[in-house]
Order: sequence, then structure tokens, then C-alpha cells
Amino acid sequence: MWDYSEKVKEHFYNPKNAGAVAEANAVGDVGSLSCGDALRLSLKVDPSTDVILDAGFQTFGCGSAIASSSALTEMIKGLTVDQALKISNQDIADFLDGLPPEKMHCSVMGREALQAAVANYRGETLEDDHEEGALVCKCFAVDEVMVRETIRANRLSSVEEVTNYTKAGGGCSSCHEGIERLLVEELAARGEIFVPAGTGARAARKKAKASPVPLQAPQPAPAAQPMTNLQRIRRIERVLESIRPTLQRDHGDVELLDVESKNIYVKLTGACTGCQMASMTLSGIQQRLIEELGEFVKVVPVSSPAHSAMAEV
Amino acid sequence: MNDIYLDNNATTRVDEEVVQAMLPFFTEQFGNPSSLHSFGNQVGMALKKARQSVQRLLGAEYDSEIVFTSCGTEADSTAILSALKAQPERKTLITTVVEHPAILSLCDHLAEDGYTVHKLKVDKKGRLDLAEYAALLDDDVAIVSVMWANNETGTLFPVERMAQMADDAGIMFHTDAVQAVGKVPMNLKDSAIHMLSLSGHKLHAPKGVGVLYLRRGTRFRPLLRGGHQERGRRAGTENSASIVGLGVAAERALAFMEHENTEVRRLRDRLEAGILAAVPYAFVTGDPDNRLPNTANIAFEYIEGEAILLLLNKVGIAASSGSACTSGSLEPSHVMRAMDIPYTAAHGSVRFSLSRYTTEEQIDYVIREVPPIIAQLRKLSPYWSGNGPAEEAGQSFAPVYA
Repeated sequence: MWDYSEKVKEHFYNPKNAGAVAEANAVGDVGSLSCGDALRLSLKVDPSTDVILDAGFQTFGCGSAIASSSALTEMIKGLTVDQALKISNQDIADFLDGLPPEKMHCSVMGREALQAAVANYRGETLEDDHEEGALVCKCFAVDEVMVRETIRANRLSSVEEVTNYTKAGGGCSSCHEGIERLLVEELAARGEIFVPAGTGARAARKKAKASPVPLQAPQPAPAAQPMTNLQRIRRIERVLESIRPTLQRDHGDVELLDVESKNIYVKLTGACTGCQMASMTLSGIQQRLIEELGEFVKVVPVSSPAHSAMAEV
Repeated sequence: MNDIYLDNNATTRVDEEVVQAMLPFFTEQFGNPSSLHSFGNQVGMALKKARQSVQRLLGAEYDSEIVFTSCGTEADSTAILSALKAQPERKTLITTVVEHPAILSLCDHLAEDGYTVHKLKVDKKGRLDLAEYAALLDDDVAIVSVMWANNETGTLFPVERMAQMADDAGIMFHTDAVQAVGKVPMNLKDSAIHMLSLSGHKLHAPKGVGVLYLRRGTRFRPLLRGGHQERGRRAGTENSASIVGLGVAAERALAFMEHENTEVRRLRDRLEAGILAAVPYAFVTGDPDNRLPNTANIAFEYIEGEAILLLLNKVGIAASSGSACTSGSLEPSHVMRAMDIPYTAAHGSVRFSLSRYTTEEQIDYVIREVPPIIAQLRKLSPYWSGNGPAEEAGQSFAPVYA
């Protein structure tokens, strides 16, 4: 059985705002029967102030789907439509004191129902840009569709790269077999053959040997073609640009603040702030930068405004 | 009332007599059965007795046909991999679409390695087409593996007849009988079944012990090689306490066979009739006329299984579901999908599985508690309105993100 928080249980056993709202002027339907999850959110919005006066849900789904729906309706009542749209799926999960990784899609469904209802209220149409697959990495809740898309978009060819781009496989590593299977299929589709990494320990030793300088060297010898400071910063920015879509998918982002020899100062924003996986994300970013720049660099997170102001000087 | 356990196809409570029989084997009888001294010797005798008890339950000809393993899954893997190893010229396997993952995942893995895997389809009641099966039996088939009883619906397959057909074609036949052993009378010596898997914890023995029945004369290659335990067919020091427990559980299962097929069946039928009489838009899945006596799988339309289980759990009733959400996958149970049960019902399927410990009082309580739970969840469902499914449910619900 799932490890549901008390808050999830409370909202499942005694859901708030169940049923359709009378005189609703905004309705959003998401999900489908085949997925086993479907949610209809109905809102009564005051047209003069845009304030959500009442919200109700009808949900076909599991315990956490019903709890997420109930939580969402509680969170948005009294807000203006614009304020409500600022609620991310992570906010819904946080409101419930967290959801198991396999169940995060329930909060995503809540967020999407809200978008759909607001679009309905404003008379807009929404494009379905969302596809969901079976969960590959349970530690970081990464699904098959995301892994495949990332492999394709970035022409990835190793499990390590998949981990760096998506975080999948960066935890307990028991999903590496599954990631390898996806790599074999995706590489075959572009006419390549998947070459597995050696045993972990040996690969790491070889890498250390092959590396032109020891990783700990404080003053790395310049690469074959030395870069100017400007070129180097642009390169760093390009790497961060390529990582950004992955973070934004989770409603987070990264900002480059300063570069000072081997120290690269960044600021994690949005959902990344305070995320318990932030250090994983940072080490993934650092790994990518080391590979791209061909030198050892250290990614330093800057959080407080004082520090960031200092760093910007 | 204490909590009511109706999930006996998942696992069972260990019989009190089984526990008592096991206890000395943790303390005074701790010897290694392979040892010559008295510490080990007595354990060796106890294992022999357990082997004979399992032999009787299965109706096997020889006690040496019983190979103790660590679980049903190990017995399944041993059987299939042995057949492939012993007959390397044969590259095809036949199984069914509704097998337990212990068979299906292995077969899928073997397919990736280049083996041809034929999965026999089932009809809407979960039944096989024997003509389809007969047409597939040829010289490239190394082994046929077909479950005796389905774990989700309890539907029985005609394994004795299928084994005869395979044997006539010179093909090995294995059956995963994990759900059937102890509930269905067996007489393997008069069958053509070459190999059979069973699991102790499904028949009131502890978890962590299973059996591979291996008909004398069947070509065999061990999965685990090492010591001479189990006549070299399954190396590794015996789990003696659990094997002793399984022996007693086998004796008890034989003694309760009649009860299982009369009293347990009566209670199951009562439960099913009681729920279906009170809940509209619900139906039994699988083949009601040919199934295990203890299993009732009921699909409740327009609601989701995990939500049902959580509410049942709240009132002290334990059952299980084929819904996607209980397993963390996106698809509902492969068994429900194979029988072409519509999504509206497949996600809401709930399995109640009884045992000899189930009482009439418990069944009556469940019959009272289920209908309001179903009604409560349907009130939340966008596919339901008032006393029936929402008008043209598929059309009025228009998801933006699907």
C-alpha cells in the first residue's frame, strides 16, 4: 500500500468541494478512462473581479487523485484567476504534505484541470502538449516518454548522459536496465548501436587516467584551444540553456550569476528552490559543465539575496 | 469485529499447527541436514517426511520428484530455463497472455534474447482456444508453460489435457500451479505434466519456500549449481524450518480439500450474490462456471480500484485490485485487458479471495459494507450521475489533456 501522508488521507476520506458547482462558468476536463484518472473541475468565477467564488470537482481515480482534486479546490477558492494559475503541481503536492513519486501525476492532473477551466472561462482553446508514460526512475519520478524525448532531442547514447539530462537513474540505479533498453531502441532508430559502459569502478579509473589533468588540479592546464573569458562564459551559458527545459518541466529554473576561475555561481529558482533534489540537480549541472568545458569547475549555488548581490558585483 | 482478510490469493496466514511444527527447527533442531552427526541427521529425516507430504498433496508417483526451492518464482524460472538449456536446438516457448509476471517477465526477457514466444489469447471469460494451441505445437517448441488457475480471476485452464497434447507432440509441459495447489485435487502421476510450481505461502505455509515438481525422467538442468542438496538439482543449504512447515501445510491442505470445495465455495458464492444484488453496474470477471472455489473478482464500473481498496481498508476489509494505480503502472491489469474488459470496469475490478478461516459473519459484514462505498465513490465520479452512468459518458466528458 502507498505511503500516503495524513493530509492525503484526510482529503481522500473527507473530500472538500466534491461534485459540480451550480451555475459554473468555467469547466475543465482532463485525463481519460484508459489512464484510470479523470478529473472535471468546475468553477464559478465573478466576471467583474475574476475572483473564484466556488470550486468543485468530480474525479475518477485513486486515493491521491481524489485528494489532489480536493486540495486544489480548497487552494483556489477566493483567489483571482491569475493568482490561481500561479499554483504549480508541486504546490498541490506540498499542500498535501507530499505525494509518492508514482502519484505525482495526480497533482499534474489538478494543475492541468485548472488551466483547462481557466481557458474555458476565457474562451480560449488549449493544445494537448502533454504525454505521459510508464515510470522509469522511481527515485526522481521520470517517465518513459520524457527519457525517450530527451534521448532523441539531445542524441544521448549512455545511461550517464540520460542521468545528467533527466535525473533518471541518478538515485538507487536499479532502473539502469530499463534505461539501457530505451537507449538500445532509440539508438537503433537512428542507426546506431548501444555500447554499454564498463563496470563502474573501471570506467571511473580510465576516465581519471585519460583526463589530461588530474581533476583536483587547482590550475587546470589550458585545453588544446584555449578559450577567451567571453568564449568560456558563452559556453557555460549554452550548457545551462540546454539544461533549462528539463528544469522548467518541473517548474524550476537556473540562472548564471558569475564566473570566477573554476567557480561558477548559479541561482536555482522556481520549484528548484528548496527542492530536496536540488543538490542532485547541481551535481548534474556540474558534470555537464566539466564535460563541455574539458576542465574541472565547481558549481556554487547562491541563494540569499545578499550573496547574490555580492556575486553580481 | 477484527479486520477481515479476503486477500488469500496474495498470501495466507500461517496455520498454527505449521508454526508449532517449525519452531524446534530454529532451536534444538538447527543442524545442517547434510551433516552426518545427530544434529543434522534428524533434520534430514524431517525433510524426507515433508517431501512425502507434498508428494501426497500433488499425487506424485515418487517423493524424489519434489524439489524444494525458495519460492514459486524460482520454481518457474528453473523449469523454463532448464527446458531451454536441455534442448538448445529448440527456440520457441508457448505460454498465455494472462500468466503471472513470474512467467511473463521471464518470457519477455527471453524474447529479447531471440527466443520466439507464443502467448495464447483468451476470450472475454478468460478461456483459451485449444485449436490455436494445437496448431502451435511443433518441433521447435522447448516448453509449454500454462497456469493451472489464474491469480486474479481464479479461472481454471485445462492443463491436464494441454499437457497430454504437448506430451503427444514430444514437448515438455510446465504449469504454474501456485494458486491451484491446495484448492484443486491433483493426481500428477496420472497426468502428462512434466513440471509444476507451487508456493508455500499460498497454502498457509510461510513465505520463502516453494516446490518444483519434476517428473522422473524429464531432462533437467539446474538453475543453481553447487552442493548436492535436492539431489544436485537445487544447490544451497535447505531452508529446513520452512520445508518442515510446508510439509505440515500440505497435510492440512489435503485434510481441508473437501471444506475448500464446499464451505469456502458456498461463502464465496454468497458474497458474490450479496454484492451483485445490492450494487448496479457490477459484474463478475473470468469464467464463473470454471474457477477456484475461493476467488471472486468483481468489476465495479465507473470508479477506480485503489480508491475502493482504501475505503474498504478503512472499515477493516482487506482485498486487492487490478487497477493501474495500485501497482504504480498506467495500464490496468493485463488479465483484465486480455479479457477485453472495458477500461470503465477494468480499473474498478476488485478481487476477494477467501480461505478456510473466512466465516459467514465476516462475509455478511462485507456484503453490508461494500454497497455504500461504491455509491460514495460513484458520487465523485464524472462518469456517473444520479443512479446510473452519465449520459453518453464518453461524449459529455471532454478532456483537454488526455
